[in-house]
Amino acid sequence: MTLTLKIWRQADAAAEGRLHTYQLDEVSPDMSFLEMLDVLNEQLNAAGEEPVAFDSDCREGICGMCSLMINGEAHGPEVTTTCQLHMRSFADGDTITIEPWRAAPFPVLKDLVVDRSAFDRIIQSGGYISVNTGAAPDAHAIPVPKQNADRAFDMATCIGCGACVAACPNGSASLFVGAKVTHLGELPQGQAERDHRVVNMVAQHDHEGFGGCTNIGECAAACPKEIPLDVISQLNRDLRAAMRHGH
Amino acid sequence: MTDMPDTTTTGNPSHDAPGDVVDDAAGYYREGDPIADTKSPDDQPVERRWSERKFSARMANPAKRRTLSVIVVGTGLAGASAAATLGEAGYQVKTFCYQDSPRRAHSIAAQGGINAAKNYKGDGDSVYRLFYDTVKGGDYRSRESNSYRLAEVSVNIIDQAVAQGVPFAREYGGLLDNRSFGGVQVSRTFYARGQTGQQLLIGAYQALERQVAAGTVETFTRHEMLELVVVDDGSGPRTRGIITRDLVTGAIDTHIADAVVLATGGYGNVYYLSTNAMGSNVTASWRAHRKGAFFGNPCYTQIHPTCIPVSGTHQSKLTLMSESLRNDGRIWVPKDPADVTRDPRDIAEEDRDYYLERIYPSFGNLVPRDIASRQAKNMCDEGRGVGPEVEGVRRGVYLDFADAIARLGRPAIEAKYGNLFDMYTRITAEDPYQTPMRVYPAIHYTMGGLWVDYDLQSNLPGLFVAGEANFSDQGANRLGASALMQGLADGYFVLPNTIRDYLADGPFDTVPDDHPAVVEARASVQERIDHFLTVNGTRSVDSYHRELGNIMWEYCGMERSAEGLRKAIDLIRSLRDDFWRNVKVLGDSESLNQSLEKAGRVADFFELGELMCIDALHRRESCGGHFRAESQTEDGEALRHDDTFAFVSAWEFGGESGARELGTPVLHKEDLVYTAIEMKQRSYK
Repeated sequence: MTLTLKIWRQADAAAEGRLHTYQLDEVSPDMSFLEMLDVLNEQLNAAGEEPVAFDSDCREGICGMCSLMINGEAHGPEVTTTCQLHMRSFADGDTITIEPWRAAPFPVLKDLVVDRSAFDRIIQSGGYISVNTGAAPDAHAIPVPKQNADRAFDMATCIGCGACVAACPNGSASLFVGAKVTHLGELPQGQAERDHRVVNMVAQHDHEGFGGCTNIGECAAACPKEIPLDVISQLNRDLRAAMRHGH
Repeated sequence: MTDMPDTTTTGNPSHDAPGDVVDDAAGYYREGDPIADTKSPDDQPVERRWSERKFSARMANPAKRRTLSVIVVGTGLAGASAAATLGEAGYQVKTFCYQDSPRRAHSIAAQGGINAAKNYKGDGDSVYRLFYDTVKGGDYRSRESNSYRLAEVSVNIIDQAVAQGVPFAREYGGLLDNRSFGGVQVSRTFYARGQTGQQLLIGAYQALERQVAAGTVETFTRHEMLELVVVDDGSGPRTRGIITRDLVTGAIDTHIADAVVLATGGYGNVYYLSTNAMGSNVTASWRAHRKGAFFGNPCYTQIHPTCIPVSGTHQSKLTLMSESLRNDGRIWVPKDPADVTRDPRDIAEEDRDYYLERIYPSFGNLVPRDIASRQAKNMCDEGRGVGPEVEGVRRGVYLDFADAIARLGRPAIEAKYGNLFDMYTRITAEDPYQTPMRVYPAIHYTMGGLWVDYDLQSNLPGLFVAGEANFSDQGANRLGASALMQGLADGYFVLPNTIRDYLADGPFDTVPDDHPAVVEARASVQERIDHFLTVNGTRSVDSYHRELGNIMWEYCGMERSAEGLRKAIDLIRSLRDDFWRNVKVLGDSESLNQSLEKAGRVADFFELGELMCIDALHRRESCGGHFRAESQTEDGEALRHDDTFAFVSAWEFGGESGARELGTPVLHKEDLVYTAIEMKQRSYK
């Protein structure tokens, strides 16, 4: 395949960025999208131009390190991570525009690399169950109904990639926060801190500059792990309950 | 997959007579003094040792703990759990990871599960049985005390994870489900669908972030450790800190603490293509090795037989397919090399070679990982491999589900393997319900690592090593579902109990910025960076890495021979020499520069790769995951030599001679003594 790539280049957080156009030949449909960028980078390096910086690590769809807006869609046209997207999803002669996540709380560090540390700070604000090592009772001390355990698992599969934020016109991280609140709230172990957790996580979310949810649903559509939109309903329900309880 | 089904015979049936042992590595190494673990109370029976050590290890009271500081490098299962637990205890902790968040460490990619001797199924499991399976799985090359302790604390890990909210699979009664994994005879594997590593890591990550909020832990993301600071002010060496590079700003910083923990994972990426993450590297361990830390058993690598094959020269990593697939899939290649390009569905039954079923009639497709891997390579080397031809060879064998689908029906196969089949389809665009999967072995895990004693302390005082980065618990091979267990055992339960003995002597004197050890370490970091940015060569870092990986895979992979290993050492030396003179790294050091990061990692892989080959050359026995051509039975099976090789090879860095020439490494042997288990030879025919 032969492709025209329009790629966002930006030297650092303070610099102005702009789209650069590159031609790439001999792209195999069996390449992953990131391997296609590897090939471009080899070509740029050989030509004396600095390679394009982009994040990736596990390249098997689970670490959440990769990102990219591909033709305006977070992680591109398939419901998967960019690292699991393959070039057979594109056609010979295509022009592909590649940009970093766009959201004020995710500032661009260089080219396609953004700073997602806001997500870590949201987890710090309450995305955990407080149990010191060694203080745990036997694992069978508290049975958990299978349907609760399964729902907790489904929400816990969030990989923290930030696609939900990048896809949302408001730059909201409600899906991310809702997934964590639902994961821990489904479990008996998570009840003691349930009110505090939701109040503090939402406050941190707002403090970081993420926008509010207006039920557009782009987040759930873009989520490579298919976290459902109803976690945001759960988030709002938990928040209302916490307020009723005096928080 | 069991690495050791229970059909062993005692004794060592046919090996070279004593005196026949050839030192293949003569001239490549020097032998130094033996080394021994002095921390395990070996005068006690094996089941008493950990209790005894926890009691004898000295304590620091809570007020004193606040004055003691620990650096943890790496935030995977071992690092995050250690940092969280040390923070809870009140120490001042700093963590470092090269990723943008601690949650991304490669522990997250582990699929299968985590073993624990809970015996919730009442099927006869026990701590002793898990210990026994672990030692046997490691082909009698792990340290008995460490392996026992691993099995002992496994039960606490599950309790801890459940309390944190890790959503393990449950039964309808609300209790935890277990599955049999790795063919062992009990069901002791806890799992969270195919994402157990992810769920356990998120649990540890959340515990870590909770300590960040509590103010006991400070996290440094997108930071890479590039040098270890070892101070010797006359009373012997002490590890006192690290030099890091901020990968965003390029700033070189010195971090000083009372102790340093490396939890930096394995070094499988020395092979370039592996199931590791792109950034997984050996640099932290290797810089520590160059500062004096011994490297244990570097040649012990695990190869996983069922990964998705390479599709072309652009390939950047390999994806593992759970080997549970071998329970129902049948492995074959065409009998006739002329058939390798035909549609497999058109190849008649009598023209197929189900080679594992043919060679190993009792175990068939369920032979251990190393045997399945080696035979796949043999078939491809014979020209009977299938799939795309890459660099002149077709590297793939069929894993065929047609019989299973006919027997059980497609819905049953979907229920069992649906997510794996989907993943395969996404990567290859082939439908394994219709046409056989293609699989090929890949590097998956490294059992070798920095040498540690029972306290997980290296021979450098104050340097501790946890998880895959150390060498101690797994031996020459690893059971399925035991990597997660070791990472969390070390981090939650072992290290926090042993490091306090060392820290009881602290806090140590401050180390000023102008201390010669700091100045030297910083200068070494800066010198390498400056070199890479000024070589102005012609070849990219990746191209060198790929070539190094090819050498390692060809000569230091599944099957090794003295001739091949000597050739590999020569090839690595000349390629490394070329790398230093001809690598091309653009950009600068004051900003995010991924080529520069990779250059440093590949430089260290070159040195590690040479040591791996020397270690493999020296160990003239077939053992665990690796096969030495010179050490096999009459019918071509692996032959271990307990009389000559029942020891850990702990390698000391040989120094540098001249311009980037490596000196001769020094071998220190730690004898392996089994008091609770009898050594046996395996058989699968």
